[in-house]
Amino acid sequence: MRIEPRSEVSALLSLLFPVVSIFAAILIAGIFVLFSGASPFSVFYLVARGAAGSTFALLETLTRATPLIFTGLAAAVAFRAKLWNIGGEAQFYMGAVATATLGTGLLPLPWPLLLPVLMLAAMIAGAAVLVGPAMLKVRFGVDEVVTTLLLNFIVILFVSLLLDGPLKDPSGLGWPQSPRVVADATLPKLIQGKRLHFGFVIALASAIFVWFINARTTAGYEMRAVGYNVVAAEYAGIPVGRVMLKTAVLSGGLAGLAGFSEVAGLKGNLTLDLSPGFGYAGIVVAMLALLHPIGVVAAAVFVAGIFVGADAMSRSAGVPSYIAQVMVATSLLCMVTAVMLTRFRIRWR
Amino acid sequence: MSRSTTKSRSPAEPRAKAAEPEIVLRLSDITKRFGSLLANDTVNIELRRGEIIGLLGENGAGKTTLMNILFGHYVADEGSVEVFGKSLPAGEPSAAIAAGIGMVHQHFTLADNLTVYENIILGTEPFWRLSSEYGAAVRRIEGLAKSFGINVDPTATVGRLSVGERQRVEILKALYRNARILILDEPTAVLTPQESKALFETLESLLAGGLSVIFITHKLYEVMEVTRRVYVLRAGKLIAERDTDKTTSDDLAELMVGRPIPSPKREAQEPGPLLAELRNVTVRRKGELLLGDVSLQLRAGEILGIAGVAGNGQRALADLFAGLAHPDEGYLIIAGNSYPNLHPRNAVQLGIARIPEDRHTQGVIGDMSVAENLLAEHYNARPFSRFGLIDWEAARRFAGQIIRDYDVKCPSPLTAVRLLSGGNMQKLILGRVLSGKPRIVIASQPSRGLDVGAVAYVHGRLLAACSSGAAILLISEDLDEIISLADRISVAFRGRLSPPIARAAVTIRQLGLRMAGHGFEDSLPREAANAN
Repeated sequence: MRIEPRSEVSALLSLLFPVVSIFAAILIAGIFVLFSGASPFSVFYLVARGAAGSTFALLETLTRATPLIFTGLAAAVAFRAKLWNIGGEAQFYMGAVATATLGTGLLPLPWPLLLPVLMLAAMIAGAAVLVGPAMLKVRFGVDEVVTTLLLNFIVILFVSLLLDGPLKDPSGLGWPQSPRVVADATLPKLIQGKRLHFGFVIALASAIFVWFINARTTAGYEMRAVGYNVVAAEYAGIPVGRVMLKTAVLSGGLAGLAGFSEVAGLKGNLTLDLSPGFGYAGIVVAMLALLHPIGVVAAAVFVAGIFVGADAMSRSAGVPSYIAQVMVATSLLCMVTAVMLTRFRIRWR
Repeated sequence: MSRSTTKSRSPAEPRAKAAEPEIVLRLSDITKRFGSLLANDTVNIELRRGEIIGLLGENGAGKTTLMNILFGHYVADEGSVEVFGKSLPAGEPSAAIAAGIGMVHQHFTLADNLTVYENIILGTEPFWRLSSEYGAAVRRIEGLAKSFGINVDPTATVGRLSVGERQRVEILKALYRNARILILDEPTAVLTPQESKALFETLESLLAGGLSVIFITHKLYEVMEVTRRVYVLRAGKLIAERDTDKTTSDDLAELMVGRPIPSPKREAQEPGPLLAELRNVTVRRKGELLLGDVSLQLRAGEILGIAGVAGNGQRALADLFAGLAHPDEGYLIIAGNSYPNLHPRNAVQLGIARIPEDRHTQGVIGDMSVAENLLAEHYNARPFSRFGLIDWEAARRFAGQIIRDYDVKCPSPLTAVRLLSGGNMQKLILGRVLSGKPRIVIASQPSRGLDVGAVAYVHGRLLAACSSGAAILLISEDLDEIISLADRISVAFRGRLSPPIARAAVTIRQLGLRMAGHGFEDSLPREAANAN
């Protein structure tokens, strides 16, 4: 068995491999389902039904996908420029903190003004958390993987501090939660009486925006150039340090928007369990999407569907919903393999 | 262990004639296609014991593909490989190694943080081997080094070795694995002239020790100097096989290129006004002196050549004009203004065309397209962008024009640059920097690693830029290149520059002495001069 580089990759092939890798992932996950003593067919059927089998299920999947689109875009933007932002979780929470602080009556504005202001504040807050590590990287060569990762824990402790102090809801019966945001700071629901909210639309618009930046602007060109070959980019005169900071602002801002969207669109207040790891899941989403912003939407819906579907499945089939994690992890591994196979071919003798 | 104990030497076998040693390697009718490209077309090659053959061809002629087939990295579509009379299973590098084939790649495959002997035994020993047995390995390496006259300290860390020494480690590595056939892929591309000489001596002792060598190159004089027989490949086909002493380098060049090579012509020209200048510039990095008190003048319509062995400050010299290094003392003066902190972007704006010495890492972004790479210096100005939006239509038109004007061979402007050959990459870089009618051209090793045809092309372009009034700084280790192009020639030695000599007055001997440090005694710091 040998591996040879492919000189060119057909469009069909590059579309085929993700699809095949998803099937391979399901097959592998099926083995684990067998271990837990259930029938893979019925389990996957239940997962699929739980994710997309009804209007309710589908809306629930899209609701869950919304923050993942934001954090996925945040990771995709940063990784494209080889800025290894592992701090999506911290940026998410800072966006949520900004929204919960300013949205609970501090700014007496009508909603057409208040919502954009909150969005902006959340983006700035998210970006601020990433600009620090980016500057340390540019100035002193500090590894941003370490700084952004550790900031996650610092920010979560900071949120905990806020929720037990200045942001604590006086009528919250002692629970560590903030007061609810005012009505003017609430994103409208897309369908009356359902949980899917306007944040989903903002997420889709963000994906298109990021795609536009990537494909059409000088900023996107700079980010790609720096990501692919920083030495040549610098040689050609691209201001690498500034590009890193721009990337950090965009990436952190997108993750901050996720926090805004969850507070203003879904939960209404800030709690310590606002994110079940959306920041980290965003990395998986971005990798599954091969860092393509439109692909991020598809990958986010896929990952969200598996989690939502697995919850529903575990209630009826008795297989632990952890199988969702296994499925996501195996799909990621299969996708990475598929990426390799799009660039190289394996020759069996 | 050793090959002589194998049963291929049975007395029943017909004896080879004394004059004609046995054939150790036979490539028969090798054909390899990559898609529509025929990389090797029914190639036949024979190698005898104790013989060194040259494999000559332009970049993309199929030399590397052929050797990769021999070494088992690729599987040939047709044909067979026979080593010591036994057919070699296709596609198994381990089988090739076991059969006694060793390969020294152009880009070394050594771990910088390990010692020489660790690098050599890496992969040959089971990992649970006790460290006490390393002693035996070191002794064996020392023995090999001694018997072949290869001078390397087995306990030295590879990261501290010079390029020439690293290559010797690679050769030792192959010998340690009992190689009887050594393939050297462009071995001198990274070496200084002196190191090349040392390599050739090593090769002689390998041949005397009964090894056979395949020497892959596109440098004609090396073929003439080192090899006994030479195979010429062109466009995947074996064009000719010649005995080296019965051919000339002109003959080989024509066979290789398939057309007569236009030699660069330099017409005498009155130098124009002063365009750029270094005045007593010193550059240090982390306390290390890269350039010491260097002065030079670049004039319109003139080529200043900087000769010298690599690592004598040439990189810092180019970096000064590229905006990547800044004078710690002295002045960089361009068009009458001093630039203490030139940024690469300023350099572009000032009309400085920069041809980097390392085109793969500095010159191009391999994963981006031809069009995107051509944009790299100009993307943020009209006509390519407005208000931060890139006009891809304009970019593609520009790319199409450069591809035509500079003869860049690529399927389309959207092809990823990493798929281009070295010569085409260099043409792309030339197009990027020269199409804007630069006032100053800084060319670092502009023809390194290129084939004869591409070299002639690069030289033609530099001369054209010069005759249209640009000042050119040509930094090259290739003396022939310097002598055939430059008007005035300086030699770099340990961060100093010798005063320029007019080309008409210069002799190779004089330059050679300067490159070895003669004439620099006064200007060097005492300890450095003594060390020499």
